[in-house]
Amino acid sequence: MELLGQQILAGIATGAIYACMALAVVMIYQAIDHLNFAQGEMAMFSTFIAFQLMLWGLPYWIAFLLTLAVSFAGGVLIDRVVFKPIHDAPILSHVVVFIALLAILNSTAGFIWDFTVKSFPSPFGSAPLFGSSLISAHQAGMVGVTLLLLVFLFVFFRYTRIGLSMRAAAANPVSARLVGVRVGWMVALGWGMAAAIGAIAGILIAPVVFLEPNMMISILLYGFAGAVLGGLTSPAGAVLGGFLVGIVENLAGTFIPVIGGELKLPIALMLIVAVLVFKPSGLMGRTVVQRV
Amino acid sequence: MSALLEVKGLFAGYGGIPALHGLDFSLEEGGVTTLLGANGAGKTTTLRALCGMIHARGDATFAGKRLIGMQTEDIVRLGIAHVPEGRGTFTRMGVEENLQLGAMTRRNGGDIKQDIERVYDHFPRLRQRRMQQAGTLSGGEQQMLAIGRALMLRPRLMLLDEPSFGLAPLVVREMFDILGALNRAEKVSMLLVEQNASLALSLADTAYLLETGRIVTSGPAAQIREDEGVRRSYLGY
Ligand SMILES: Nc1ncnc2c1ncn2[C@@H]1O[C@H](COP(=O)(O)OP(=O)(O)O)[C@@H](O)[C@H]1O
Ligand SMILES: [Mg+2]
Repeated sequence: MELLGQQILAGIATGAIYACMALAVVMIYQAIDHLNFAQGEMAMFSTFIAFQLMLWGLPYWIAFLLTLAVSFAGGVLIDRVVFKPIHDAPILSHVVVFIALLAILNSTAGFIWDFTVKSFPSPFGSAPLFGSSLISAHQAGMVGVTLLLLVFLFVFFRYTRIGLSMRAAAANPVSARLVGVRVGWMVALGWGMAAAIGAIAGILIAPVVFLEPNMMISILLYGFAGAVLGGLTSPAGAVLGGFLVGIVENLAGTFIPVIGGELKLPIALMLIVAVLVFKPSGLMGRTVVQRV
Repeated sequence: MSALLEVKGLFAGYGGIPALHGLDFSLEEGGVTTLLGANGAGKTTTLRALCGMIHARGDATFAGKRLIGMQTEDIVRLGIAHVPEGRGTFTRMGVEENLQLGAMTRRNGGDIKQDIERVYDHFPRLRQRRMQQAGTLSGGEQQMLAIGRALMLRPRLMLLDEPSFGLAPLVVREMFDILGALNRAEKVSMLLVEQNASLALSLADTAYLLETGRIVTSGPAAQIREDEGVRRSYLGY
């Protein structure tokens, strides 16, 4: 019983990583209706920017905020320069561009900062929390930041006019234009916010998995799994999904002996397939009630 | 005095296939003009062309500004509110959120709250359902919501695309009474597109008859109502 509790705690700790990434995934999905396969590399690149700023001697929080700003601007720029022109192109063109973006960011990061593994500081420290070896102060901090981010997004989308406009632009672009919402800019804003949230995820993940250009590849898959499990339309669902993926992964690795470390990733993939087959809207995704 | 909306030689179509072949019509400030025509005549296309939702050629001047070539989002900012075919409800959002979206181009928060109350005064049934998801409303309620959303812009001109479509006669009557009241009390000009000619002619002062993308008859509503041909083909008496 105690082992179960400990493994759940450890699962929450890893789940925080996925939850944070899943949040970024949902953010962009809301804005553009696609999964962004380059999301992980964008987050990785942002983390390298933070790394570089600190290397130049900026204090942690200044580097953190500056990175968010740069990432936001970068996200907006990617939309304006790359995706706006192909807006009406078929989905496959988008997928190809996502993959190209992924490859470009990955190799550019490798070119500038090389592929050696780098350590990355944590603002919360790496001491074990309350003497427990299962969750460190950093991981607890991550859980906290993820939940804070969630509250921020909830308030933003529910209570601000620009949040309302963004939801309208995503749900029904034609009607949104007819009430004067500048739909194109709302999409760009969605990209900017997703990039900034991705940057937060990357910066928080890097102290755990270490910084290198490939750090996000499997994490993005877990993030997708979390987002799909929780429901791609729900930020709260994505966070819940992220934590659940972390917990399931840990429990399966501990209690089903054949799984062990190597088969953890397939579990995430199986989870994605299972959710898509049995409950495509996810745990908290919105099922549309509509009268015809 | 020049007209509020002046349309000259308006052409539009879909994927190279023309649907409008040079329309001329106009609308006086404070007036109600109706475009009548059977299904497929080009009524919806005309409204879409005026708001920049589809590519169009020709001249359309609203209060001295050329509409053709302008972005939809900017046309809205001139005070033109379009109640589109199919109602354009934001189905997954609440009723009140739909109304707030109608005022998206306005700044003053306090005024917006007051205007929401005013819409509820016009349509008390929306007040009862203010927190409900808009997609769960009945057809009539969604049409009222669409009109309410348009009013939230404080429009100078409303474009109404078959507001009677698919609704029970009683609901239609109620809706047209409210539209008439809005036109008289708040001086909102209206361009009303309808298949239901007798209904439209009861509200409008000027009417144009559209057939396959061309205007075939026009005149004061009272006169069109008496027109022998129109009566036979559109009014059925
Ligand atoms: N989205 C569209 N794509 C292609 N053709 C269209 C589209 N909408 C309307 N049309 C065509 O344009 C013509 C005018 O249609 P429309 O303006 O919708 O007529 P109305 O509103 O008077 O019923 C019709 O021939 C119709 O088939
Ligand atoms: Mg029509």
